[in-house]
Amino acid sequence: MNLSRKWLNEFVKITASDREFAEAMTLSGSKVEVTEDLGAEISNVVVGKIVSLERHPDSDHMWVCQIDVGEAENVQIVTGAWNIHVGDIVPVARHKSTLPGGKKIERGKLRGVVSNGMLCGLSELGLDERDFPYAVITAAAILGDYKPLDPAKPSISADIKAGDKIYGSVVAAEVKDVQNAGVNLWRCALSTGSGEGELVTSCQNLHAGDMVAYDTKKNIVCTLADLHAEQAEFPHCIPDGIFILHEEDAALGQDIKSVIGADDHVVEFEITPNRPDCLSVIGLAREAAATFGAELSLHAPVVKGGAEGNLTDLLDVETPASDLCPRYTARMVRNVKIAPSPKWMRERLRAMGVRPINNIVDITNYVMLEYGQPMHAFDYRYVKGGKIIVRRAEEGEELTTLDGNVRKLNRNHLVIADDTRAVGLAGIMGGLNSEIVDDTVDVVFESANFDGTCIRKGALALGMRTEASAKFEKGLDILNTLPAVDRACELVEMLGAGEVMDGVIDILNYVPQPTKLKLRSDKINELLGTDVAEAEMVRILTKLGFTVEGDDVTVPSWRGDVEHYSDLAEEVARFFGYNNIPTTLMRGQTTLGGYSPAQKLEIALGSVCRTMGYDEIITYSFISPTYYDKIRWSADDPRRKSMKIMNPLGEDTSIMRTSILPSMLEILTRNYNFRNKSARLYELGRTYFEREDGMADEPKVLSLGAYGDGVDFYALKGCVETLLADIRAEDIRFEAVSDNPSYHPGRCAAVYVGERRIGVFGQSHPLVAANYGVDTELYAAELSFDALFASVGSDPIYQPLPKFPAVTRDIAVVCDEATTVGALTDCIRRGAKGLLKDVVLFDIYRGASLGEGKKSVAFNLTLRADDRSLTSEEADADVHTVLALLESELGAHLR
Amino acid sequence: MKQQLEAIRTSALEAIAATKSADELDALRVKYLGKKGELTSVLKMMGKLSAEERPIIGQVANEVRAKLEDAIEAQSAALAEAALAQKLRDEALDVTVPGTPVRVGHKHPMYVALDELKEIFVGMGFTVLDGPEVELAELNFDRLNAEEGHPSRDWSDTFYFDADSRVMLRSQTSPMQVRAMDTMDLPIRIIAPGRVFRKDEVDATHSPMFHQVEGMVIDKGVTMADLKGTLNLVMEQLYGKGTVTRFRPHHFPFTEPSCEMDVQCHKCGGAGCPTCKGEGWIEVLGAGMIHPKVLKMAGIDTEVYSGWAFGMGLERMAMRRFKISDLRLIFENDIRFLEQF
Repeated sequence: MNLSRKWLNEFVKITASDREFAEAMTLSGSKVEVTEDLGAEISNVVVGKIVSLERHPDSDHMWVCQIDVGEAENVQIVTGAWNIHVGDIVPVARHKSTLPGGKKIERGKLRGVVSNGMLCGLSELGLDERDFPYAVITAAAILGDYKPLDPAKPSISADIKAGDKIYGSVVAAEVKDVQNAGVNLWRCALSTGSGEGELVTSCQNLHAGDMVAYDTKKNIVCTLADLHAEQAEFPHCIPDGIFILHEEDAALGQDIKSVIGADDHVVEFEITPNRPDCLSVIGLAREAAATFGAELSLHAPVVKGGAEGNLTDLLDVETPASDLCPRYTARMVRNVKIAPSPKWMRERLRAMGVRPINNIVDITNYVMLEYGQPMHAFDYRYVKGGKIIVRRAEEGEELTTLDGNVRKLNRNHLVIADDTRAVGLAGIMGGLNSEIVDDTVDVVFESANFDGTCIRKGALALGMRTEASAKFEKGLDILNTLPAVDRACELVEMLGAGEVMDGVIDILNYVPQPTKLKLRSDKINELLGTDVAEAEMVRILTKLGFTVEGDDVTVPSWRGDVEHYSDLAEEVARFFGYNNIPTTLMRGQTTLGGYSPAQKLEIALGSVCRTMGYDEIITYSFISPTYYDKIRWSADDPRRKSMKIMNPLGEDTSIMRTSILPSMLEILTRNYNFRNKSARLYELGRTYFEREDGMADEPKVLSLGAYGDGVDFYALKGCVETLLADIRAEDIRFEAVSDNPSYHPGRCAAVYVGERRIGVFGQSHPLVAANYGVDTELYAAELSFDALFASVGSDPIYQPLPKFPAVTRDIAVVCDEATTVGALTDCIRRGAKGLLKDVVLFDIYRGASLGEGKKSVAFNLTLRADDRSLTSEEADADVHTVLALLESELGAHLR
Repeated sequence: MKQQLEAIRTSALEAIAATKSADELDALRVKYLGKKGELTSVLKMMGKLSAEERPIIGQVANEVRAKLEDAIEAQSAALAEAALAQKLRDEALDVTVPGTPVRVGHKHPMYVALDELKEIFVGMGFTVLDGPEVELAELNFDRLNAEEGHPSRDWSDTFYFDADSRVMLRSQTSPMQVRAMDTMDLPIRIIAPGRVFRKDEVDATHSPMFHQVEGMVIDKGVTMADLKGTLNLVMEQLYGKGTVTRFRPHHFPFTEPSCEMDVQCHKCGGAGCPTCKGEGWIEVLGAGMIHPKVLKMAGIDTEVYSGWAFGMGLERMAMRRFKISDLRLIFENDIRFLEQF
């Protein structure tokens, strides 16, 4: 919401600087985003009058002007613009002046002639034609400026004389004299050689001596368009030039900012959705008055009325959709004269970020900004049957809105219709079929209250949130429709834009009951931790429009957000000052904070992962269904049953993952594509499985992923083992997995703690890597957090350190390739007779000498007795039994 | 014989002083003091001396032996010292050669920020709660006073799993307030960090998934002054003693009065600079006194109990803390980014 401080000052005089104003309003609850001094960039630009105009001695298109700027001496300025005349009032950027965009103007010489500044066009002042509609520039085709497109074939000869025929009724004519004849009009005397003529034209670039194309039939000076000429043929006859002012109140030498409305300051507010009343100048004025302790002076509109006819004869309103239209208020204006609205109105609209259009449309916008009540004006001619019907749209009904788009409607949309068709989309946008146009005669002003949810949903469904719908959707003050429509009619009369009819059509489908609350000052102070006197509370509430009688508080109609003592507490707090509320520390019963055992495990696992060199990642919980294809899950894999988001942002984020693997592979791939040589990543993330009740089980999974130097199956297995060791899991077991489609069938294992499956890990299937476009080995582990949590071992119990030395023996056995190290180790452990403390694999060898399908596996055995030093003989005896069992069970013999 | 001994002393001492290595020195020891050494040889002739001469020569001989032994020992020490010095010189390294890398993983910056915050609150007696991300609209909205028709419930804003808009991805961590009220005994002091989801297209400041942390206190006689005091303390712990804060009125459906908390810009001290976008203040969180309707829906007597709550965005906090300019970096997980924290 933008606020013009000039406009605000009409209701409450606030002299604070922008910064002070912003700070105070922000702290009382109307958050200021930014403030802007509209004229900050303009300095030393004044109103001047062209006293004389001479052609530049050394240029065919420049003029040397003497300008009266209200000082003793005229200012000489050289300009290239062709649209100025002696007597024109123009903006003069003097020596050492600044213009929007950081432009600096200084004295200089143009082809040897001193220029003490610059004359400004609209755009140079940061304006455009919509700000000053009269400043539209029309350019006549000056024959002296003609440059044939093909020099060999000129359409107009270079030595053309007055009276020479150009084509048809168009002849060459010489301009004899030009005099201003009103806003943007010039009386121009012409000579066609044989005769003299006079006409009034809006072409601004005519000067005595110019040769022009004169259409004798139409009695006009031809523009480029009239001649069907291209701009390139008349390079200097452009519809651009100096902004010629027609402002009665502009005095020579006056600062241009006050003339063009750039002397205003605009404050942009972020208004919270509970305060639609603050989406208006009056609403903000009320807040400002309470914030600064200033007087709020509101104005009650006065309408003279008296236009011919009887309103009820002309207009009838029906509201069949009464639930969606609590109130419909309308008035009529006859014999309107569509014209630009006056400068003050245009300036205010512009300051608030609204483009001026014409007086009637501008009035509706003006009232919307001032009162916060959206209004609509439609052309009475197109209200067939003189009947306005507020109804639900028919299914599939079409309406072309003011922006020219055809809207397909349904039963959820509310329309304003006549007997036969919709003429507007209620609360959102008017229809093109009843738009105010230049020849509109009779106008209906609508000022209604529509159901907020209906408007919001309707606008949303059509993707057309407008200024009006944004207001309606928040729920507007039902009592505001009448003053708003009256204000519009008052403005019509003030602007002389038409004749207002007596009477108002006002349909009330709902009688608002004012909210009444008890003022519980003790409860308010208790909640805030303050000691605000009740009288002060009353003062604050009264200032905001609340009525307080005893301890009865009546909430004003525009404050639909206030319904509880805590709301009153907020009002008190806002103006007592949030920052004046003391700061105290929590008292009361102490609580024991901290982490749950599961949270502690999460912290511990993360710490181990990082110690092992793994970086933490965060991935989205939602994935694309195609991700399951990428990890090669078969089409009928039950794990594909994922929770589907009904309204996803896109397919890529449309289902809740049941596996964390694709998320990890995605990030590994991304790093690989970033040419990161290696990566080790972990995430403790959730997976999602739909429950009977529609909610989800959200088991957490610890995923590890890696590629690059030093990463292989055993490195990853080492990490899994380290994690399990860290939680002191016991009875850990690994089993080869060859049927997991996502993993390499020969390089994948499931890990168990006892009978509890912890998860799976290994090298991604090469086809999976290929699906991700990666030509290196990717490794991943998926470990169930719940299973890890259930596997946490008991606290360690101290074991006495060995008192006697150990004996070590290395053995190497030859066995079949199929015999696993796990089976050998298990066999060794079982074969030993209580002296074996440790078995460590140290070598696996394959070679021709061993024979086909054989391998040699070497172990280092540590043997020790707790009560004596072992003798070699004892150790050897143990080793012998181990070897015997290896031989008998696995056919492995000593190498 | 005395001259002989003196000669041995002189020549031996010279020779000892001239040795360059332990081996040479050892050879000299043998040469002079060994069983067949020169001094020993001389001493063997002692028998031939008269009884008068013997003690005198004996004394001289012992003196010479002691001298030589001392000299050998001293030279041995000197040689050892020199040898050590040489060894150390030989072993000198170029200390500018980089150390052998130790690969240590990094915590994600978002979690760095979160963990810091958790520690502060746990220290103040708060329990950390974890809750479902697939949530009931009833808990995410209705029970938080955002009734049917509230704009945040729109399908354009919130992800739903059913046509009735019953089950959704939580759009805030605030339903954890309700879950805590429903399951915990009073008084309650909790924080609840976690993932939240909103239908925002990805850009430099938006992501359809991000993280928040919710905090809530319910007890007898809890005031807005307590809210201010506690959150001020948290900010002092996060940003240092003397951190200046301010509270601005704001609006949330489930708190009343509601506020936003700003921290004075550390860069400019409130004067306004690019870091704070010229405002002098940086918004850090939203908070307020729990709406009486919300307490009542949870069956809590508002005449006895009151409470306050806050919620803050963690990515923004992490981005501010580490000067991360683009939210997309947080979810991109490029190790060149991750390994900076």
